[in-house]
Amino acid sequence: MTLPSGLAASDIASRATDWSGETMQRRIRKRYAAERRFRLIGLSAILISAGFLAFLLFTMLGNGVRGFSQTEIRLPINFASSSLMLDPAALKGAGADAALAGADIEGATAAAADAAFGEGGARLLSDGAWLKVQDAIRSNPDILKGRGEVWVPASVELDLAAKGSGSPEAERTLAQLKTKAGVRTGFNAHFLSGSDATDPTIVGIWGALKGSLLTMGVTLLLAFPVGVLAALYLEEYAPRNRWTDLIEVSINNLAAVPSIIFGLLGLAVFLNFMHLPRSAPIVGGLTLALMTMPVIVIAGRNAIKSVPPSIRDAALGIGASRVQMVFHHVLPLALPGILTGTIIGMARALGETAPLLMIGMRAFISAAPSGFTAPATVLPVQVFLWSDEVSKGFVEKTSAAIIILLIFLLAMNGLAIYLRNKFEIRW
Amino acid sequence: MSTQTLEHLAAEQKAASEGTLKMSARDVNVFYGQKQAINKVSIDVTQENVTAFIGPSGCGKSTFLRTLNRMNDTVASARVEGRIMLDGEDIYASSMDVVQLRARVGMVFQKPNPFPKSIYENVAYGPRIHGLASGRVEMDQIVEKSLKRAGLWDEVKDRLSDSGTALSGGQQQRLCIARAIAVDPEVILMDEPCSALDPIATAKIEELIHELRGRFAIVIVTHNMQQAARVSQRTAFFHLGNLVEYGDTSEIFTNPREVRTKDYITGRYG
Repeated sequence: MTLPSGLAASDIASRATDWSGETMQRRIRKRYAAERRFRLIGLSAILISAGFLAFLLFTMLGNGVRGFSQTEIRLPINFASSSLMLDPAALKGAGADAALAGADIEGATAAAADAAFGEGGARLLSDGAWLKVQDAIRSNPDILKGRGEVWVPASVELDLAAKGSGSPEAERTLAQLKTKAGVRTGFNAHFLSGSDATDPTIVGIWGALKGSLLTMGVTLLLAFPVGVLAALYLEEYAPRNRWTDLIEVSINNLAAVPSIIFGLLGLAVFLNFMHLPRSAPIVGGLTLALMTMPVIVIAGRNAIKSVPPSIRDAALGIGASRVQMVFHHVLPLALPGILTGTIIGMARALGETAPLLMIGMRAFISAAPSGFTAPATVLPVQVFLWSDEVSKGFVEKTSAAIIILLIFLLAMNGLAIYLRNKFEIRW
Repeated sequence: MSTQTLEHLAAEQKAASEGTLKMSARDVNVFYGQKQAINKVSIDVTQENVTAFIGPSGCGKSTFLRTLNRMNDTVASARVEGRIMLDGEDIYASSMDVVQLRARVGMVFQKPNPFPKSIYENVAYGPRIHGLASGRVEMDQIVEKSLKRAGLWDEVKDRLSDSGTALSGGQQQRLCIARAIAVDPEVILMDEPCSALDPIATAKIEELIHELRGRFAIVIVTHNMQQAARVSQRTAFFHLGNLVEYGDTSEIFTNPREVRTKDYITGRYG
């Protein structure tokens, strides 16, 4: 081998890389420092987000747990001398509800409170205290013959005082009541079974929860099959041309449209044009389905695309038709990915508030929806409504509602993980 | 009689002298969009012989193989001209059902591609969708017979419910062959079936091809000239989309007529 003139073999040898020299060591130190720096930045990012999450959960749980408990007062009532004109015999037959509705139980309860706790005693009780009295009469009409005692929910002020955040005045009243009558704080079962009310002591989440379930049901039934079939058609059947490109761009854009726009669309199409009932889960579900479908289509297409082409060849090669290829092989292999996308879309729909405000699901509804067309509200809207209330008692109820919403969400994600693992095919 | 018909007759007579004609291609052109991948290829495939397609990469031998069971239909830009006959029927005629054609002309691919299902299901899938078995017992028989023919039965008979993808590469490829023969095809197309396998697995597949010969008409695409020499009786040499030479394997390898064939099999290029 000949070297260029003026360049001796020894010159090249002397320029050989000095792997242990000072320059190289400095380079190594710099590289290590960069690695350490990056690890530190990453770790602090994780810690900051974990901190925020912990703060959120802590305040939510701190407030929310109190929302699940309720203070009750033992109210002695002398039914025999009360203004109730009720015959115990009439309450045992079919006409019980009508008889109860006709009686002034609310007035009788207030009178009993005044009698028991002095002038203004009725204000110590919740606005819904008489409902408990009504329940007591319904379950045991014989109570009407003499004196009875009923545990009724306390007023907001007393409830807060019992939980340690009331005014000094309320705390004094509470202490007096404890000695005079009887006060207890326990699990509020009514919160899980009741619906919205004006008095925070008697509100419940069940109405909103059922509304959410019905709405999600409509969304899933509509968005899942349509989204999956659209994804399958676009991936497996549609020819690649300008039209399918246009459709693809439209779907991608649709997934990025602000949700309030879908609310306006729902208002214009479902309510004003199709005249579907206002505030109903079916309209909410339809609107959210429009919003969820693009997400499912995009996730579905990606999942279908990632099914290896060799599987399609294998199926077609032994004489499977296209439909058989798609439904026997491609779809089962793509299903875990499709399900993941669906759950992400559904979780987004579950937490969505804005489009539902546009179609009237923010109304005050004091009964759980009886069906898909009955007026309803949903969990996030309920949270929004309660957080807007003036009464202090709603603060903890809002947190409690958020906890329910998060549990719902966690359950959905858990289901998604379960389904994904169940359908995942190991290679 | 037109000259074309005469040529056709002559070709048929020639084929008959060497074996029973199973498939014949006449003046086949294949285009991918504007690009022509196959240029006027005419070839006969006989029942008794294994036909090998050899040639350098990109010469169109796999493309041509895929026209024989219309797998190219799945490529949107692909266009096929000319006539390909299976037992005298034009397979590109509108009366030909492509699904049935692919059951009659089975295919084994380059990379083993078993379904991610059980070994049993892999073999049973074809007979099931074509309704070839009338019950569980009959299906069991078909699965056993196919696996035996593919030389895989003894290795898997105790674990038929295991996933087909858990087998070794060579076993997977034999499973794919079992899957192809389970629907009782007339022709089996093999697209470089050993290129992803080690020498021992390759030897087993080659042995299997020997055993299947005669029962099925076999067409094999291969990069490996020794393999073509070992397993085939007829060899076609493709170059740049043209069929350069087609004849008895012994003839092609010992006494090629064309210079290009000679250069290729002696390793001058490819």
